[in-house]
Amino acid sequence: MSPIVDFISQPWHWAVSGAMISLVMVLLLWFGGEFGVSSNLRTMCAIGGAGNKYDFFKINWKNQIWNLVFIGGAVIGGFIATQFFASPEPVQISESTSAYLETIGINTPQTMAEGTGYVPEEIFGLDRMFSISNLLFLIVGGFLIGFGTRWAGGCTSGHAISGLSNLQLPSLIAVIGFFIGGLIMTWLILPQLLSSINPIP
Amino acid sequence: MKFIKFLLTGILFGIVMTKSEAVSWFRIQEMFRFESFHMYGIIGTAVILGAIFVALIKRAKGKTITGEPIKFNPKNMSIPRYLIGGSIFGLGWAMTGACPGPMFTLLGHGVWAILLVILSSVLGTYFYGAVRSKLPH
Repeated sequence: MSPIVDFISQPWHWAVSGAMISLVMVLLLWFGGEFGVSSNLRTMCAIGGAGNKYDFFKINWKNQIWNLVFIGGAVIGGFIATQFFASPEPVQISESTSAYLETIGINTPQTMAEGTGYVPEEIFGLDRMFSISNLLFLIVGGFLIGFGTRWAGGCTSGHAISGLSNLQLPSLIAVIGFFIGGLIMTWLILPQLLSSINPIP
Repeated sequence: MKFIKFLLTGILFGIVMTKSEAVSWFRIQEMFRFESFHMYGIIGTAVILGAIFVALIKRAKGKTITGEPIKFNPKNMSIPRYLIGGSIFGLGWAMTGACPGPMFTLLGHGVWAILLVILSSVLGTYFYGAVRSKLPH
């Protein structure tokens, strides 16, 4: 493999990653768009005809096609990164996190044979996905994302990156909300939920 | 052709989300458990550099590629909307380990189960549109 491909293929330092995200935001602004992914979910509803039923979806979705193209690109980017720039090792999670996850029945991959460390098999594995509990888990999780982001008017990209970069107080409140919900789920709900989905033998 | 630049920017975004490991469910758990600086470093760097870029664009009266002024829309002030809506999103973020950008990126990884998360997030957005008038904003 070429040295350049090897160089890109290592996991990126957080500072490089953060800088690249701000570059994406600036590029979208320069191209006449803005950085906010969750509004695509509203556009998808509008394209599906939801505007006939609810005014919230009566938008000229043709003006939003650029954003759909952007997330289409994100899918391709995910493909390219895993096919051509795959890391030599799984995601290196802190030992305390992986030790904790073990206690709630989630294995953190240590070798590429166990997985890339992006998503846990116990939740996303195709062989488990069709159990009732895993189906419910994924459906409820997605529903909360779609409902919550629209009520809050944005997600991590729209509020945490675009909004905070523009020093918007509403975005700061939204980010505080993201953490309230995230901490409640991580510390109080997920341990119960995951140990019931993945009973430890 | 005018969409090509958005496609390329999206491809860059998908690569960044993957190589930064921000799409990792494990990284999100680590973040909410305060056991690593990684995600805070990413978001912090993006916000600090982003704020500098936004300030420069405003000062230089930056224009888009087609010559229109770059607009920044201020968000309307509200507490319940952002705090409650944001908390509900946070619940889903910690569950699935994916916010909307990574959801789509993970599809490119071949994580097919994420398709279910994407579909139900569209459903959640639809439900919001249906009950919107009854919610505090």
